[in-house]
Amino acid sequence: MKIGVVTFPGTLDDRDAARAVRLAGGEVVKLWHADADLQKVDAVVLPGGFSFGDYLRCGAIAAQAPVMESIIDAANGGLPVLGICNGFQVLVESHLLPGGLIRNENQHFICRDQKLIVENVDTAWTHGFKLGQEITIPLKNGEGGYIADDETLKRLEGDGLIAFRYSEVNPNGSVNNIAGLRNERGNVVGLMPHPEHAVEPGFGPDTPLAMRSGVDGLTFFTSVLNQVVNS
Amino acid sequence: MPKADLLDPAGKAVANALQRKGNAEITNVRIGKRIELHYAKTPTEAEVEAAKQIAADFLSNGVIEDVVAVTVEN
Repeated sequence: MKIGVVTFPGTLDDRDAARAVRLAGGEVVKLWHADADLQKVDAVVLPGGFSFGDYLRCGAIAAQAPVMESIIDAANGGLPVLGICNGFQVLVESHLLPGGLIRNENQHFICRDQKLIVENVDTAWTHGFKLGQEITIPLKNGEGGYIADDETLKRLEGDGLIAFRYSEVNPNGSVNNIAGLRNERGNVVGLMPHPEHAVEPGFGPDTPLAMRSGVDGLTFFTSVLNQVVNS
Repeated sequence: MPKADLLDPAGKAVANALQRKGNAEITNVRIGKRIELHYAKTPTEAEVEAAKQIAADFLSNGVIEDVVAVTVEN
């Protein structure tokens, strides 16, 4: 099962995302922003970072890259796509997910282990979770405040398109505590926190059991691998 | 410009600094962008229309920003 991990100029977390795919049992295919060939991958991860220096708007220039033309087409055809942090911003700028992301309400760059509630499990990337499950994965962003107009929000809430909500703390002022979204079909998921940083014991968030033992992020990757195997 | 009903954290930080400096009459600050597109010759009407489209589709994000004006200057 081949999962493409895209690198744009300024991407930071492509290697961690690739490592997460491998730990989950998948094969990694490196995709380059300037190459429109998706190399027959079964799913794509858009990792975090600061693509194109966050110039213009976060994710806006990356959304125009040749590789994104192919990814937008493929996503509209059902290819599973996960956007993490800057990857979420790219998905929003590509109109694969609605709304926008603005500077954190308190203007600080936030880096913390963040509790989330899983709000939807009918997606390629979340079906391994239980509905309402609380998970903890790292969050690190400066422009993670999710916003959308009232009509869009009503649709997101009404159609069950919110995939994750912040629990206990809303770190960036996101409306309705929205941490992540899914599309109608459930193949596209985007979120600000970083599942790929919580996949290996010894390197994840602290849990009540042991320091740095949190691996809640691994389920994103095992979910898509199971779905790809089953389909 | 950031939409009027949206929080503009950068503008708010500048407004706070101005008020600290004693400019109590300034109640709010909003920070936008100016983007210049350069042409070899004065752009035609069609090119200005194309620039307006670029401004709406790519240079701004309608969810969070409004295009205030597209003007031709020398």
